[in-house]
Amino acid sequence: MSAATPSEIIRLSAADLAAKLGAGEVSSVEATQAHLDRIAAVDGDVHAFLHVSADALATAARIDELRAAERSGKGGGAPLGPLAGVPVAIKDVLCTFDMPSTAGSKILEGWVPPYDATPVARLRAAGLVPLGKTNMDEFAMGSSTEHSAYGPTRNPWDLTRIPGGSGGGSAAAVAAFEAPLALGSDTGGSIRQPAAVTGSVGVKPTYGGVSRYGAIALASSLDQVGPVTRTVLDAGLLHDVIGGHDPRDSTSLTDAWPSFAEAARVGARAESLKGLRVGVIKELDSPGFQAGVSQRFHETLQLLEVNGAEIVEVSAPHFEYAVAAYYVILPAEASSNLAKFDSVRFGLRVNPPGGGTVEEVMAATREAGFGAEVKRRIILGTYALSAGYYDAYYGSAQKVRTLIQRDFAAAFEKADVLVSPSAPTTAFEFGAKLADPLAMYLNDVTTIPANLAGVPGMGLPIGLAPEDGLPVGFQIMAPAREDARLYSLGGTLERLLEEAWGHPLLSQAPQLG
Amino acid sequence: MSEITPDVVTHLASLARIALTDEEIQSLTGELGAIVDSVAKVSEVATPDVPATSHPIPLVNVYRDDVPGVTLTTEQALAGAPEHDGSRFQVSAILGEEQ
Repeated sequence: MSAATPSEIIRLSAADLAAKLGAGEVSSVEATQAHLDRIAAVDGDVHAFLHVSADALATAARIDELRAAERSGKGGGAPLGPLAGVPVAIKDVLCTFDMPSTAGSKILEGWVPPYDATPVARLRAAGLVPLGKTNMDEFAMGSSTEHSAYGPTRNPWDLTRIPGGSGGGSAAAVAAFEAPLALGSDTGGSIRQPAAVTGSVGVKPTYGGVSRYGAIALASSLDQVGPVTRTVLDAGLLHDVIGGHDPRDSTSLTDAWPSFAEAARVGARAESLKGLRVGVIKELDSPGFQAGVSQRFHETLQLLEVNGAEIVEVSAPHFEYAVAAYYVILPAEASSNLAKFDSVRFGLRVNPPGGGTVEEVMAATREAGFGAEVKRRIILGTYALSAGYYDAYYGSAQKVRTLIQRDFAAAFEKADVLVSPSAPTTAFEFGAKLADPLAMYLNDVTTIPANLAGVPGMGLPIGLAPEDGLPVGFQIMAPAREDARLYSLGGTLERLLEEAWGHPLLSQAPQLG
Repeated sequence: MSEITPDVVTHLASLARIALTDEEIQSLTGELGAIVDSVAKVSEVATPDVPATSHPIPLVNVYRDDVPGVTLTTEQALAGAPEHDGSRFQVSAILGEEQ
């Protein structure tokens, strides 16, 4: 008596699927099975998943039982949440007590953590159904998933191209209809850039808005967990589930957050954008960006203006130093964070031939367990932190961070939100930047400033580049703690674009399977 | 302008406890030199009057009540260890023979 076929179920937004689950038109077991079947059909090509949960159907059945009990008036526990029974994919950087958590690295191959990351625990408590763990650049170092120790994820729009990174697996899973929702983590763009190149929606919350407890740390002052979805409303629903204060993360903010799903709904109903000041950051509207990216970006600005927004140009003169500062701060923090992989408490241990001291075992293990990019950044970070160089590199980079925060503060005097393309190009081909680390690093030029300043950012699709037919992303940034502005404008913009197109962008993606 | 030599990389690798191969030391020397030259521009604007920012949204004095909570059991803590004796992590000799 199902009211939707499996192929329809996997194409529903999470909000629509949740409505059908609530109305009894679809069961969570049916929804979960449909996504598991989709994964079986297409993930051989896409390779979004590193691990598919063996417990997903059992979890779904339990939610169905709870719902049946609630409906018959026998429900004894807390009422089911708005996303109960909806499947979700989890980036492999987040600890899960029942699934391996490798962060895309050989050094953690097969490691099953003894606890859940807080965002994962909150998913489970809200009744979502974990489908599995998604692929990523090793320890989230990369913009293409080519640095995963388990092979790259392929872009559902074109299997010869990268899905972005580091969270290419989560973005590809959502874009290929293998999951309606996914969790990502964003240190310098790892949610927003994959969203841009796969035509999905991704949000990096305000730093401290979502707990980092149980997220395998890359750079602790930059990392932030957030939602990866196909619609702005779905991102808000997922953000509402995972966000909020967590005493286990001492950088977690104690703010009382508004409902971001509500902000998205209100935004989608908005008649006009009258009174909203949209700031275009001159330095992130570069003539060096791909032509089709700039074209779609400027068309979107016109659309916003026609609908009442006031477009203002703002300047952020220190953004040109952001990538350099980031590639000092990130390796410095990473070299410290990754010191824990010492072959003692978890993960790989490699004994050198003939044995050795514990230090020699550590060095042999880290040589064998870390990939080239991870070694490169650890060595770079060790250099930046070493005596004699600390002030010139790390000290200076921290000062640049202050200057970038000041640029943001000045820009937010003139504008309510700031916008830019999410990434300078559409999805590039595998290998295009692999041999040149600096070229890969520059791909994050648009997303890094938000991480350095701790402000929230959303990426959402605004069309296909005419020259290659691949998705282009639009980035919205708001002042710290004002994440609701992203959802409000994102909700309005998404509706305006879909009215113009007559369909969601992802319905144009190849069918696969 | 960078001073990244194979000796520097070898020293950094020993500090970072990574037993790099000779080939890796060679390739990293060139790559790191290029990256270091590129990131050195941070010093152009880092004048003495600019304060450093270590954290995007500073919080100070994050306290909690000092009450015992749920912790991992010994079995859970050891479950992922490469080697253990049932109550402790096991490692090979910590001191070299000369000590």
